[in-house]
This record gives sequence, C-alpha cells and structure tokens, in this order.
Amino acid sequence: MIEAIIQRVALTIIAEAEQLTALDQAIGDGDHGLNMKRGMEAVLAELPKLAGKPPGEVLKAVGMQLVMKVGGASGPLFGTFAMELGKTLPAEPTRADLAAAFAAAVAAVAARGKSAAGQKTMLDVLFPVAAALSAGASAPDIKAKAHAAADGTIPMKAIRGRASFLGDRSIGHMDPGARSSALMIAVVCDACGV
Amino acid sequence: MSNVGIVIVSHSPKIAEGAADMVRQMVGDSVPLAFAGGNEAGGLGTSVAAIMAAIERAWSEAGVAILVDLGGAESNSEMAVELMPEEKRGRITVCNAPLVEGAVIAATESSGGSSLADVKRTAEELGA
Repeated sequence: MIEAIIQRVALTIIAEAEQLTALDQAIGDGDHGLNMKRGMEAVLAELPKLAGKPPGEVLKAVGMQLVMKVGGASGPLFGTFAMELGKTLPAEPTRADLAAAFAAAVAAVAARGKSAAGQKTMLDVLFPVAAALSAGASAPDIKAKAHAAADGTIPMKAIRGRASFLGDRSIGHMDPGARSSALMIAVVCDACGV
Repeated sequence: MSNVGIVIVSHSPKIAEGAADMVRQMVGDSVPLAFAGGNEAGGLGTSVAAIMAAIERAWSEAGVAILVDLGGAESNSEMAVELMPEEKRGRITVCNAPLVEGAVIAATESSGGSSLADVKRTAEELGA
C-alpha cells in the first residue's frame, strides 16, 4: 500500500513540476520543479525494488533517493522528512503512531533547514498539518488545512532560503516548498483517508 | 598528508573549479584539495554523492574543511557529512564563510599545519 501512495505522490509532483518551477522563478532560483521531478523520477525507478518491504524501510530508501538525486536544498529537506518518518514509523502504525512519526519528521526538517515557523518555507505547511494530525482531524480537513497553509505563505516575508535575498519583494508569492508539501499531503490524504 | 584537507562546493562547476585553481596558486600541493560543483544532471546545483566523493579525495587524518556557496550547497554538504563513515564524520566540518576567500584563507592556514578547528575559525573570521 505504501508503494502505491508514494507512486501517486511522485506522479503528482512530476505533473506539477512546471507550476512549481514557475513559483520558484518568482522568488527563488527557478529550479524547484525540475529538481523535485528528477528526485521523484528516481523514486519511481526505485519503487519496484522496494515491493513488500516494511513501510519504514520503503520510506528510508525513498528519502535516500531524494537526498541523492534532487540536487537542491529540497533534496536534504524532503529526503530527511521521508527518512525520519521511516525511522519512527512502526510496521503497522496506528493513527497515534503516524501523528508522532510525522511530528518527529517535521522536527528533523526544521533542524536540517535551521528554520522555524513563519519564515515562508515548507515548515509553514508541515507544522499545521502535524498539529491537525495530532488533534485527530479527518483526512479532508487535513488536506484543506495543508492547502490553506500553503496559501498562507503568500503574505509572508521569506527569512530562509534563496527567497530571503529578495526581502520584502518575496511578499505576495507562494513559497514553492510549501506548495509541493501541500500537494504531497493532499495526495496522501486522498489515498489513505487518515 | 597531514594537513587539513579543503573541499569546495558550489552550485556552479566553473566556480568550484576556479576557486580550486585559486587555492592551488596559493598553496600548491601542500594541502589536499577537491571540489564538487553542479547537480546530478550537470546543471547548476549540488550533489550529495559528488560532495562525498570530494571529501574522500581531499581526505586527511587531520580532517577536512568544506567551503560552500549558497543554501543547497550547505544543506547537501551537511547531509554528505552525515552519510560519511562514522570514524571520519567527526573530522569533517562545514565552514560558515565566503566561498572563494574562505577557501583560500582556510587552505593557507592549513598549509602551515594548523588544526581543523583553527582552519575553520580562520575562515569564519572573514565573515565576522
């Protein structure tokens, strides 16, 4: 099951690559979509080798592909997320296990990026989603929260990443990493109805 | 070689190579030196695998100091350090310093036989 979800996540990011690149062209170096696409293609190529393995192992392997293949800061960030999730998630996770593992993965991303909430990054989607997951929100609610949180980065001023070089000019654009995070979370919510 | 090794990591293969040329001009072959520039596809970006390979090429028992340009180069370098064998990990450090100036001054410090901590501190004083 986890392979099927990861496949859908990868295909969604690949399909949205141009839109993600357009967001990154506005406030970054314009490579987010292309980088994520390259990483997700590597993930798709790896998935057949992971069939039948425990979810934790699958996630760790997927994270390693992202780390090695993305080529931008998104590689270590999304890769760390997947690897930490894989490290913390038991073989047959309960809802509480999932919430705890997700929170641990978000904390690992924050540490990797030396970043915090409110800095116009993917964390501005991940933190509210972690909170909703812990609070017992339904899958459709979590999906809506993720998209709203990505929209919420539009008025923010970037403090971390390439967009921070723009200062006030970063205001008025959605953060590309927040958008890709919301896209992935939406796919997972649709797929497994947490 | 017992002098601290220097690794240069840039999004641009040309900047990485050019900065390494400037280091060589200053210290010759007295310091182990390697560079990694560009992503897996050969475009602008950084590659964890290429950074790990550069660390191996510049390896010294005294350790390795890494100089980086922008965000992704830093996070990919930190990732590369974490993926190195445990016995080496503690002797590799990413310097918070300007790439070109940092690499030249770090290498100069290393060529005098300084420790990894001194090489790092000297490079980072540039940014202070």
